[in-house]
Amino acid sequence: MSYVFQFSTVWRELDHLLLGAWLTLRLSALAMALGLAVGIAGAQVKASSSRILRGVVQGYVEAIRNTPFLVQLLLIYLGLPSLGLRLTPDQAALVAMVVNLGAYATEIVRAGIEAVPKGQIEAGRSLGLKPWHIFRFVVLMPALRTVFPALGSQFILVMLASSVVSVISAEELTAVADTIIARNFRSFEFYFVITGIYLAMSLGFQALFAAIDHALFARWADRA
Amino acid sequence: MIREFSLGEVWFLVLALRWTILLTLVAFFGGAIGGLAVAVLRVAKSSALRGAATVYIKVLQGTPLLMQLYLVYFGASLLGLATNAWVAAALALTLYASAFLGEIWRGCIQAIPRVQWEGAQALALGHFLQLRLVILPQALRIAIPPTVGFLVQLLKGTSLASIIGFTELTRAAQMVNNATFRPFATYALVAVLYFVLCWPLSMSSRHLERRLDREGMAAPRVGTVAANT
Repeated sequence: MSYVFQFSTVWRELDHLLLGAWLTLRLSALAMALGLAVGIAGAQVKASSSRILRGVVQGYVEAIRNTPFLVQLLLIYLGLPSLGLRLTPDQAALVAMVVNLGAYATEIVRAGIEAVPKGQIEAGRSLGLKPWHIFRFVVLMPALRTVFPALGSQFILVMLASSVVSVISAEELTAVADTIIARNFRSFEFYFVITGIYLAMSLGFQALFAAIDHALFARWADRA
Repeated sequence: MIREFSLGEVWFLVLALRWTILLTLVAFFGGAIGGLAVAVLRVAKSSALRGAATVYIKVLQGTPLLMQLYLVYFGASLLGLATNAWVAAALALTLYASAFLGEIWRGCIQAIPRVQWEGAQALALGHFLQLRLVILPQALRIAIPPTVGFLVQLLKGTSLASIIGFTELTRAAQMVNNATFRPFATYALVAVLYFVLCWPLSMSSRHLERRLDREGMAAPRVGTVAANT
């Protein structure tokens, strides 16, 4: 074997890689927040009385869960312009991540809402709470508490999947590495180091979600 | 010269499904062998073996599948092995599948009640025979729904092999798009083709899970395997 590893080139570019990691964190955090919002809305529709609306959301969830993220991304970035909607790579990446996460989050939040006992909602009504307050305090918060660990895993999966958006040159960690590699051809060294950065980020998110779980939900000790 | 998007293109994409299916099957069977080993190590008596299996799972579940593909692809060429996208994709997806299947199956093994181990021990079976004759046959039953669920995740994951240049369905779509410049039609059709493969698997996984639930044998809910690629 004649190849000599040159990790020193990676150290020289470390500030670029850290900037890339920051872009990945920002993109993922935004996708998590918006995806959760889509998921809550989707779960609420699935609990509604309209069969048509429920069917539409079910179709969305099944379509997303049974096709690859890469194909969803390419359909949004390359396909939508022919329908008159042109997005920049960064916008397309964010939309694809939100649409993808929204489908999984809908299923997760729905499971949590279904686990809320009917008696709790009746108790809320008999206390004279407004429907919005019942939804927020009696249904949604306990539901989110129940499914928070599952949501956290899904958030991390979306952060990892974000490396795929480098194929449309959206700005994030993998794309930054690709740009550097195009200059110096040190593919293995750079991918090796950013794999480590991704691992650190997913372990960091795991710790963060565990801390949030503890801080927000610890006072309800009776998790189902 | 721009080609028309015609039946010929549709047929080309349908035929490209062969490679998606073949890659999925190779990675699944390779991953099943590796996953069984990982699951057995995860419940081994030696804490060093358990620790090694845990690290393996954590690293492969905590890094992007795309990076795993890149490292195997570029790593193999550095070792002087032929850089073949087909071999690299099959190997990377096998490693990926073995980590996820290992973790799923560990959950199934640990869902078997403690008394089953004790019963097997009372029959004077050693650790390995307890596992093989008593625990694994029972774990197999509850392992089927989440395993089929993971198969969907793996099938979707094969689309990333297109990025290192392996010609499966997504790569074939790129070729068709370059020739016809009809991205919406091309990728919509490709999405439909993936859906046709994945949806029946998802449905049967859910159906099997409900049937186990009715029989009172809850399959373990493996949170990290919420399936996304």
